[in-house]
Amino acid sequence: MALSRDQMAIRVARELQDGYYVNLGIGIPTLVANHVPEGMEVMLQSENGLLGMGPFPTEDQIDPDLINAGKQLVTTAKGASIFSSAESFAMIRGGHVDLTVLGAFEVDVNGSIASWMIPGKLIKGMGGAMDLVAGADNIIVLMTHADKYGNSKLLPQCNLPLTGAGCITQVLTDLAYVEIRDGKFHLVERAPGVSVEEIVEKTAGEMVVPDHVPEIQF
Amino acid sequence: MAGFDKVVNTYEEAMAGLEDGMTVIAGGFGICGIPENLINQIKKMGTKELTIISNNCGIDGFGLGVLLEDRQIKKMVSSYVGENKLFEEQLLSGQLEVELTPQGTLAEKMRAAGAGIPAFYTATGYGTDIGEGKDVREFNGRKYILEESIQGDFSIVKAWKADRYGNAIYRNTAMNFNPMAATAGKICVMEVEEIVEPGELDPMYVHTPGIYVDRLIQGTFEKRIEKRTVREG
Repeated sequence: MALSRDQMAIRVARELQDGYYVNLGIGIPTLVANHVPEGMEVMLQSENGLLGMGPFPTEDQIDPDLINAGKQLVTTAKGASIFSSAESFAMIRGGHVDLTVLGAFEVDVNGSIASWMIPGKLIKGMGGAMDLVAGADNIIVLMTHADKYGNSKLLPQCNLPLTGAGCITQVLTDLAYVEIRDGKFHLVERAPGVSVEEIVEKTAGEMVVPDHVPEIQF
Repeated sequence: MAGFDKVVNTYEEAMAGLEDGMTVIAGGFGICGIPENLINQIKKMGTKELTIISNNCGIDGFGLGVLLEDRQIKKMVSSYVGENKLFEEQLLSGQLEVELTPQGTLAEKMRAAGAGIPAFYTATGYGTDIGEGKDVREFNGRKYILEESIQGDFSIVKAWKADRYGNAIYRNTAMNFNPMAATAGKICVMEVEEIVEPGELDPMYVHTPGIYVDRLIQGTFEKRIEKRTVREG
């Protein structure tokens, strides 16, 4: 069975470490915040200028001056700090954020990522995505293995305009956990009940498969 | 006005001198921390052919979105746009030009302009369409592209509180692009919720020193919410 959105978030949350500063992209990555292991302290960075993002406010906590990068109302967590956009991207570009989790349309064997623009559709912009992929050392891409037409999103070369070149080393899809190095995908783990053959078939780029590929445990 | 007193009493005075074809840098992220009344004043003045540097372009009927109604904007330099129908229409019909710029690069372009730095190297956008035609240099084995700073004829900024000298404090994430925008305009116009007397703000907690601010005005703000996400109490 392919992983559900929540299962994908649960698997990524296992990569968190106590004391991590983390930036979560919009969409499935946001769900990772719901699965921070008990007893672990993690601080969420929002690129509009907030480190230490709390949950949505209750009705009586609403503050129009306090939003996240998705323009949603939020609260501050204990120990939070607030700063300008320049400061925010200084910490992103400067490599100070420990883990970045973001979505993508395509990833290729060279670690390039396309996540912001589909030609022919309305182009809304890259927001902070290009800065995030250029600045972070530890990035996990969270996306489905294939698009809704069944086309692989793990490619020999990205077709869509790039968000960043050669910057991605880890991808978690609904079918597999994949690492990228030496110009190849490396299959590390598979979703429970999903065969190696199915994963290889749905991976357009070259994939190295070790003798044993463990199932992701839940 | 006398000495360091930056206070003006009307929005007409605040935006005096803005002319067709000028470049305006605006603070704000989405519709959080935007100079609502200064934008409305530009709408009232009917100034055209403006180039607006702002992370976003407001929404239909609010924020920078209102300047689209009478086609006052010629060009937007932003990281993320298209939250408004009118924007989409004018973009698709070729009435509006858009230069998409990565968010961190946009913030740095403003910061650099205010700090007297004409250009800077960043890894952001290298190897993508954004890097096309830009100077590339390698430092410590990594490639970077040269990005130029952006100065405005005017910058329009929203802060929470300021003293009459223009020393200002922002509130929560309404800070966003405002501190950099304040430094990047040849004329910086700031609007605030409250003006206090010099000496009332603790100098240690001033975000924007008054040296950057040319005109200061107190206004009332609607502070519309773009995405009202609330949890059960």
